[in-house]
Amino acid sequence: MSPDQGFPANASAAPDASEQPKLRADLLLISDMVEKASRVLDIGCEDGALLEYLGREKQVTGRGIELSQAGVNACVARGLSVIQGDADTDLVNYPDDAFDYAVLSQTLQAVRAPHLVLQQLARIGQRAIVSFPNFGYWKVRRRLLLRGRMPVTKVLPDQWYETPNIHLCTIRDFLILCEELNIEVEKSLILDESGRVTMARSLWLANLVGQQAIFLLRRKA
Amino acid sequence: MTKGEISPALEAENHDLPGHRVELGHDEPLQLDCGVELGPFTVAYQTYGALNADRSNAILVCHALTGDQFMTGEHPVTGKPGWWQQLVGPGLVLDTDRFFLICSNVVGGCLGTTGPKSINPETGQPWGLDFPVITIGDMVRAQRQLIDHLKIDKLFCVIGGSMGGMQVLEWASSYPERVYAAVPLATAARHTAQNIAFHEVGRQAIMADPDWHGGKYHEFGKTPRAGLSVARMTAHITYLSEPALHRKFGRRLQDRKKLTYGFDADFQVESYLRHQGYSFVERFDANSYLYITRAMDYFDLASEHDGVLANAFKDTPVRFCIISFTSDWLFPTSENRDVVHALNAVAADVSFVEIESDAGHDAFLLDEPDFRNTLRGFLNGCAERLGVFVE
Repeated sequence: MSPDQGFPANASAAPDASEQPKLRADLLLISDMVEKASRVLDIGCEDGALLEYLGREKQVTGRGIELSQAGVNACVARGLSVIQGDADTDLVNYPDDAFDYAVLSQTLQAVRAPHLVLQQLARIGQRAIVSFPNFGYWKVRRRLLLRGRMPVTKVLPDQWYETPNIHLCTIRDFLILCEELNIEVEKSLILDESGRVTMARSLWLANLVGQQAIFLLRRKA
Repeated sequence: MTKGEISPALEAENHDLPGHRVELGHDEPLQLDCGVELGPFTVAYQTYGALNADRSNAILVCHALTGDQFMTGEHPVTGKPGWWQQLVGPGLVLDTDRFFLICSNVVGGCLGTTGPKSINPETGQPWGLDFPVITIGDMVRAQRQLIDHLKIDKLFCVIGGSMGGMQVLEWASSYPERVYAAVPLATAARHTAQNIAFHEVGRQAIMADPDWHGGKYHEFGKTPRAGLSVARMTAHITYLSEPALHRKFGRRLQDRKKLTYGFDADFQVESYLRHQGYSFVERFDANSYLYITRAMDYFDLASEHDGVLANAFKDTPVRFCIISFTSDWLFPTSENRDVVHALNAVAADVSFVEIESDAGHDAFLLDEPDFRNTLRGFLNGCAERLGVFVE
């Protein structure tokens, strides 16, 4: 029998927790923001790692949207409810407050209209969780300032001509946009180069030392 | 066989065919959308695998326009393998070791279920064009009576491609409490103008055949072979794709070295299509072809719900898995995606994948690895959540 002919429902006991693949650090932080047994839409869910984790550990009802066919196949083949779709075009179909959380992890900078996507997130989710690479990070600034070249870093690994990231922003840019869209920040996490949460006493500092940021957002009443 | 003679396979009485047969509609006649009551009526069906003790592992398979209940194994009329033999069987995606599969011939069909070829009890003659026009909804209501008869409260899954997918959507919309999971494949919530147009060409070809005799060819001992063949040839092109035809035939010549400067089948593709047409006549009834294509044309799920497709699925508890294929131009991804968007609008539980394939519409009949894995994953996920096992 080929490996793909197995049938989990009939398999022996579930593998024990230690065998579960480890969740990426930033996804783990996102999952900490999610209440148990809530409804989550993960936009740009890739292979479904976060959704699977939330379903298993937090009894979350999860849905996903993913652009790549390979990603969607992987998700559906592991029993997740995921559609092939596009953050720019497919969010308009969902009703208001359809989910407790709308998650957009490391995808905002790759969409055509980040402001519209953000607006949709705040509409269809009671809360939105957004993470993105910070273009204000000091190494990014240094490379641009000293070498006059587009930055290539751990979280921005591609050359300018082949990067999918077409709308990069700084933490400050993002917060200004949230303000304009009437969205408030409930919680923010600033991550350093090693993916650890770092304490920054001011926005100025956060925008300098944060390589990535994760925000828990909600629309203002 | 010469033009106009009756096909031996179709001459055989329906009760000569193997499989189950049940007469329904004694207590509850079928209320057809056209306003007519049909009953009692016969449904011919096949089952594969075994129903478990709590009757929770049943999958209803809805066949497409020219499909039938013989999904796998040797077909009793053609002697060829069933239409879904690549997916149905022990250890396959639709695993007969775990699931109880049911497939019934649709109302209006010609392989045992009541249709225009059946005898009209009032005249003692085949119904012909006196048979009432049926719809996808009518087909599904007949299937529901069959599922009642089998004492199955809730189907684990309803699955089907093309017209079968239309039935799946109708099931989920009409009987959401009786379906756990729905898998519409390569389908649409309405038949497009282009698809209606192709069907009309097929119907006109049949009706233009003098052997059709206004639908009364049985009485004249004839079959509109030429007309039904042409209908099939046209339709068959729409099931494939240009790359698939090119790969299979290119411009290669049929058993000859050069062009004949005549109208014989010089090209392999012509010879192939002619064969498709001729062999179709052996297994399909021309009037059934008229009725079933009409049922597809009339299908427009949104129109039954104030023009809003999402309303067809309001608060649906059904889990959906919609699959389309890149080279399918008959039921393109955009049509499938419209259903996805409608389901999103009611925040339904839906998965959707577009599978890369050059096989055209017929891709849903084939065992493509991405298709197989997606479907298997979805069914496994559902089975796990429900805890469906076969003892």
